[in-house]
Amino acid sequence: MSFEIPDELHYQDSHEWVRVDDGTATIGISDFAQDELGDIVFVELPSEGDDLDAGSDFGVVESIKAVSDVYAPISGSVTAVNEDLLDEPELVNEDPYGDGWMLKVDLADEGELDDLLDAEEYEAQLA
Amino acid sequence: MIYDQASYRDDSDELYEPLLVEKASKEVAVEDGPLPDDLTRDTLEMPELSEPELARHYTRLSQMNYGVENGPFPLGSCTMKYNPKYIDQVAGLDDAAVHPDRSEGSVQGVLDVMATVQDYLASIGGMDEVTLQPPAGAAGEFTGIAIARAYHRANDDERSEVIIPDSAHGTNFATAAMAGFDVVELPSGEDGRVHLEALEEAVCDDTAALMLTNPNTLGLFERDIEQIADVVHDAGGLVYYDGANLNALLGQARPGDMGFDIMHFNLHKTFAVPHGGGGPGAGPVGVVEDLAEFLPDPHARETDDGDYELYEPAQSIGKVHGYHGNWLNSLRGFAYIARLGGDGLADTSEKAVLNANYLATQVDLEIPYGPFHHEFVASAGDLDAADFAKRMLDYGVHPPTTKWPELVPEALMTEPTETESIETLDALATAFDNVLAEDEATLASAPNRTTAGHIDQASAARNPRLSWHALEDGEE
Repeated sequence: MSFEIPDELHYQDSHEWVRVDDGTATIGISDFAQDELGDIVFVELPSEGDDLDAGSDFGVVESIKAVSDVYAPISGSVTAVNEDLLDEPELVNEDPYGDGWMLKVDLADEGELDDLLDAEEYEAQLA
Repeated sequence: MIYDQASYRDDSDELYEPLLVEKASKEVAVEDGPLPDDLTRDTLEMPELSEPELARHYTRLSQMNYGVENGPFPLGSCTMKYNPKYIDQVAGLDDAAVHPDRSEGSVQGVLDVMATVQDYLASIGGMDEVTLQPPAGAAGEFTGIAIARAYHRANDDERSEVIIPDSAHGTNFATAAMAGFDVVELPSGEDGRVHLEALEEAVCDDTAALMLTNPNTLGLFERDIEQIADVVHDAGGLVYYDGANLNALLGQARPGDMGFDIMHFNLHKTFAVPHGGGGPGAGPVGVVEDLAEFLPDPHARETDDGDYELYEPAQSIGKVHGYHGNWLNSLRGFAYIARLGGDGLADTSEKAVLNANYLATQVDLEIPYGPFHHEFVASAGDLDAADFAKRMLDYGVHPPTTKWPELVPEALMTEPTETESIETLDALATAFDNVLAEDEATLASAPNRTTAGHIDQASAARNPRLSWHALEDGEE
């Protein structure tokens, strides 16, 4: 099975993605991750204003198969949370790179992006 | 009578007397009360049913259910065995129904049974002391790991890590985390067992304990268990035994002899306390002598005079439960062990192991490991294990545990227990093989012959209906 892995995103080996746009990083989980988890039934996210440390867990994704922590790929302060996921967690399954986004974060250190995988490297990891 | 309270009945000062106060009653008009209007009402709807209607209602509910008294219940790792009826008769004796605030002098029989069960379990597990306090298996784990923490602290040796194999029960990870430790996950070897090299790599000065079950969740005996214990002990850590799979070892081998320092027992798995249904369990914890002073408060013991008393161990971790643990479950365990005796317990584990291995030979599914102890893990292969299990319900049997342990793809973890006959095991094998021969679509729509049909789990979890009001709303 092949999974969607958009070229312009950065990936973490624990299957989170980051899209950087003008100093703001949007974070979600990959198509592979949502498929592996199966039907997602609950998403727990931090609050606006919370500070994230790269590599530490920032929330929980619960599917009918498993409950998993999700990890911050980069550090920074949370500026927005996708409230829609509280009522419609299935958005993560349906559109993991779009409507299923989880957080927007003020990117603290752009250099951290260099530690993440690009699409090609992430795809190689899945193979 | 299993114990004698008669001799204390004359001693009226010792008896607990409930304080009966006749409450003064007065009438308050609804409109004068403090409740907001939307929470008050003038009429009260009472169910108006005749006795036969009520009897039929509950009988119908019981027929919609499936339990170990309907047929086999091979839920792996859970040990859903049939519990003989005399156990309930013993637990139902009037003399067992004592108020927990009764004075020690008036419940000597109860304390005698408690001390005796402590000794029975210590002897079965090869431990020196056993507490009956923890009310469940996970509570036992937490108590055990809290004891490990207290022991290290008493030695001015603050340790931060607990090592747990990847095949362990999920509760082990939760226990270690709740007790404030960092979890170090130990990968299993190719054969599904703990490998010494991996363990040696994982232990360090921060290792507080290793948590292990043996046989492990794949039903495999950890052959290097003594060396495993040595590696952890050499690093100054303790070795914890998860008693979930003790049913395989009764009367055959003892965790204490394998080098374990702390263990819990599940009276609701191994010792005839009903399991499931949300009722109270019991998770007694056994420890070696050096750890006995850390046991929870209170602990029962026989005094030099031959009486029984409760006391607080010198460096007790404190309370883990109110009063005396789940006393009636301790009594059930007592009744079970006392009737079976050592030979009977050994026979129990032999039959549990025989039944698991026999069933494994009768099932056509791929079974990647073996031979086994009390349970085996089959793989549903290309089929979805959850669908497979649901289809088994249509054949009138309870399915095994699904999708766990993850070491086996689409796992069907099967524990028939010692209480099933060969005819029942054959019927169970037929159910497995019938489902295996069916197509995916049939499985995906199952079950069809049960009271509740195929359930959309994702919708159920996303939009839970938690009361009958929700049912009414759903019909709109």
